[in-house]
Amino acid sequence: MTHPSDTGPAPVLALKDISKSFGAVRALKNVSLELFPGQVHALAGENGAGKSTLIKTLAGVHRPDAGQVLLDGEPVVFHGPGDARDAGIAVIYQEPTLFPDLSIAENIFMGRRPRRALGRIDHKATREATAGLMRRLGVELDPDRPARGLSIADQQIVEIAKALSFDARVLIMDEPTAALTGSEVARLFGVVRTLREQGAAVLFISHRLEEIFEICERVTTLRDGARIASEPLQGMGEDDLVRRMVGRDLEALYPKQDVTPGEVALSVRRLTREGVFTDVSFEVRRGEIVGLAGLVGAGRTEVARAVFGVDRWDAGEVEVDGRGLTNGAPSAAMAAGLALVPEDRRAQGLVMDMSIERNIGLTGLRTTVRAGLMDRGAERSRSLDWAVRLQVKYARIADAVSTLSGGNQQKVVLAKWLATGPKVLIVDEPTRGIDVGTKAEVHRLLSQLAADGVAVLMISSDLPEILGMADRVLVMHEGRLTAEIPRSDATEETVMAAATGRVA
Amino acid sequence: MTVTAPNPASAAEASASSGSRLADRVFKMRELAILAVFLVMIAVTQAGNSEFLSQQGVKDLLLNATILVLVATGQSLVVITRNVDLSVGSTLGITAFAAGTYLHGGGNPVVAVVLAVLLGVGFGLLNGLLVSLGQVPALVVTLGTLYIIRGIDSIWVGSRQITAADLPGGFVDFGSGGISAVPYLALIALVVLVGTAYYLKHYGSGRELYALGSSPEAARLAGIPVRRRILAAYTFCGALAGLAGALYLARFGNVDSGTGNGYELTVVSAVVVGGVVFTGGSGSVHGAALGALLLTSVNSVLPALGVSSVWVLAINGILLLLAIAVDRIVALRVASALKKRNARHG
Repeated sequence: MTHPSDTGPAPVLALKDISKSFGAVRALKNVSLELFPGQVHALAGENGAGKSTLIKTLAGVHRPDAGQVLLDGEPVVFHGPGDARDAGIAVIYQEPTLFPDLSIAENIFMGRRPRRALGRIDHKATREATAGLMRRLGVELDPDRPARGLSIADQQIVEIAKALSFDARVLIMDEPTAALTGSEVARLFGVVRTLREQGAAVLFISHRLEEIFEICERVTTLRDGARIASEPLQGMGEDDLVRRMVGRDLEALYPKQDVTPGEVALSVRRLTREGVFTDVSFEVRRGEIVGLAGLVGAGRTEVARAVFGVDRWDAGEVEVDGRGLTNGAPSAAMAAGLALVPEDRRAQGLVMDMSIERNIGLTGLRTTVRAGLMDRGAERSRSLDWAVRLQVKYARIADAVSTLSGGNQQKVVLAKWLATGPKVLIVDEPTRGIDVGTKAEVHRLLSQLAADGVAVLMISSDLPEILGMADRVLVMHEGRLTAEIPRSDATEETVMAAATGRVA
Repeated sequence: MTVTAPNPASAAEASASSGSRLADRVFKMRELAILAVFLVMIAVTQAGNSEFLSQQGVKDLLLNATILVLVATGQSLVVITRNVDLSVGSTLGITAFAAGTYLHGGGNPVVAVVLAVLLGVGFGLLNGLLVSLGQVPALVVTLGTLYIIRGIDSIWVGSRQITAADLPGGFVDFGSGGISAVPYLALIALVVLVGTAYYLKHYGSGRELYALGSSPEAARLAGIPVRRRILAAYTFCGALAGLAGALYLARFGNVDSGTGNGYELTVVSAVVVGGVVFTGGSGSVHGAALGALLLTSVNSVLPALGVSSVWVLAINGILLLLAIAVDRIVALRVASALKKRNARHG
C-alpha cells in the first residue's frame, strides 16, 4: 500500500482507522481513506462490503465507533448531515433523496436558500439560481416543477445540481450512473472533470468497472468491511480490481452447474402494463436459470410482480406449464407452482418481528392445517426441515427474523418459497446487501434448484452475478425487452449496451 | 426523461413548463373547489331562506367557524409534518376552564388569554417531546395525552361550571361583538391564519415542515433539524388550541369538564377536507381554514333549510370521504400524466 501524501497536496478529507458496528455486524474495520483535491478517487467493493457505511460516515449520517474523520488534517466530529454539508461535503446517494412534494428549486436549495430582508426566502433568486445550474448542466428542467414524477435520471440531475449549488470541496457519488444512459453519463463525467479542475476532491462509486478506469486516478478496495488496498489505477487491469474486490476465484462465487434445459415451464407473451413495461415476451425452461438484467427502473421488478399477479397487466398472457394464469391473482399463481422472492425482503418478503418458524410457515398456511386449525407441529417440522436444508444460521427457530443477519434473512425468504415446492422460482435481487460467503451459498442453492428441474428467473443488478449464473440473459431498457443473450455471448459490454439502450 | 440531446430544446421546455402548470393548477384547484362547494351551498340556502344571509346570519356563520379555523390552522402544521395531534380538544377544554377560573377570580382578560395560550404551549411541548424524542407514532402518543389532559381536566373541574355570569361583561361582549357583520374573533383568526400562511411560504423553517413531511429520510440527509421542527409544530398547534380555548370561553361563556370533548375529530376532518394530505408534505392552512368554514356552515345551513340537524354528522362524513376520494383520483391522474409526459420525451 502506497501513500501519496509525500507527493501531492495534503488530503482535504480523510478517514483514519474508522470502525463501525451495527449490533453484531461489523460494517467497517479500521478503514482509512484519503481524498485529495483535484483527484477522483474510486471506492470499489462488492455489495455489502461497507461502501455505503463509509460514505454515510463521511456524510455525517453515521458516527464512527472508533477512529477519526480529518478535515484539512484536523479531527472533526460531524453531528449530523448538516455539519458535513457546512464543511463543503456533498453526497449524491444511490437512491435519490428528494422531496416529492417540493419544487426542483426548493429541493436544490433546501436548508440554504437565498434570503431577503427579515430572513424571508427569496423565491425569485432561488428560481434563477436553479435555472443557472440547469444551464450549466445542459438540462431543460423547470425549476418550479415538483420533484414527484421525475424520471430517475432527472432526479439524479437534481441531486448533482444540489451538489454543484454549494461549490462542494468534496463530492461523494454513490453509483450515480446506475440509472443513466450513455449520453447522460458522458455529461455527468464532464461535470466531474470540471469540478476536479476546480480543485474538488471526488469519491466515485460504480459497479461499472470501465467507468472507474475512465474517470478515476486512485482506487480504494473494500471487502467485508476492511480495506484491502488503496493504490493508483494506472497499470491495473479490470481483473486485478475484481480479484481484490471478490478475494477469491469467480468460479467459487458462481458455482453454475451445466444443465440441459427441459420443456418450457414459464411462458410470458406480449405482456404489457401501460406506462410501466411494453410487449415483454420470454420463456423459461425447466432446469434453466434465466437472468433478467437492466438498470434500476427499467421495469424488471414490475414484470415479475405482474407475472406473479401482484399487479395487473393490461395485455398479454402468462402460462405456467401451458396453463394460463389469471390476471392479478397471486393465489392462482402460487397454486400453479410459481414463487416470487421479492426484492425488498424487509418490507415484502418477511414479517420481521415474527419467528423464523412462522415466517417459513406463512406459505404453508393452507397445507399445514388439520380440521380447519393450524397444525403447529407440522408447521414447525416443515420450517425446521427447510431452515436446515438452507443452512440458516440461527440460535432458536422461535427467534424473530429481525435478529438474523441480512444473508440469513434472505435464506429464510428462500426457504419460505422453496417450501411450496415451486416449478418456477422468480428471485428479485437475491443477493443484494449480503456478504460474499452467503452470496456463494445462495448461488449454489439456485444452481442446485435448477439442476433439480426448477425453472429460475433471476433479476439482478449485479452484473457479475448475471454473467456467472445465467444460462441466458434477458435485458430490459425503459420498459422493453431489448436483448436476449446466450451465456456464451454475454459479457459486461453486451449486457450494458442493451441495458442502456445503445443497441436496438 | 426530459434530458435528451436529440429532442428539440423547445419541445423539452414546453413539456417542463406544462408539467409545472399542471401541478400548479391541481393544487390551486383543490382550494378553489372547496370554495366553490361552499359558495354553492350558501347560494342554495339563501335561495331557500332569504333570512340566511342577514347581517346576524353572516356573523353567526363566521363566529361558528372561528374556533375551528384556529385549531385547524395549528393542526395543519402538524399534519404537514406527517404527524397528528389528537389532544387539541382536551387542550381547548382545559385552557378554556383555566382562563374562566382566572377571570372569575377578577383577573385581566388579556392576561387570561395569554394564560390559556401558555398552557396550550405547555401541552404542545409535551406532545412534541414525546413524538420527536420517543419515536413513537403520533397517533398513539397524542391519543394518550388526549386522555391524560381530559383526565386532569375532569379531576380539577369536577362538576363545577363557568357561566357567562362569572365572567367580566367586557370579555363576553368582545366574544359576540364585531365590526358590522365581522366578529372580532374572526378577525383574530384571520390574522393568525394569514401570518401562518406567510410563514409557511416565505420562511426556511416553514418550508422545512413540508420537506420533512414529504420525505423524512431525505430531510434528515439534508441536515434539517427534524426533531426541533416537529417540536415547534406541536408547540404552535398547542398554542393555537389554547388561544381557541380562551376564545371559546369568550364566545360561549360556558365551560365545564366536557368542553371540547371529541373536538379533535372535527378538527382533523376540517384539515383533511381542506386538502392537507394526511401522509404529509402538502396542503395549505387556508385550505384547512376553508375546510373548517365548510364543515361549520353545514351546521347553519341545515336548520335554515328546515332539515333536521341530525343530518349534520352524516354530511360531514360524506364531505370527508369525498375529499379523500378526490385527492386519490387527482393524485393518480397527475401521476399518469407525468408518466406519459416522461415516456414521450424519453
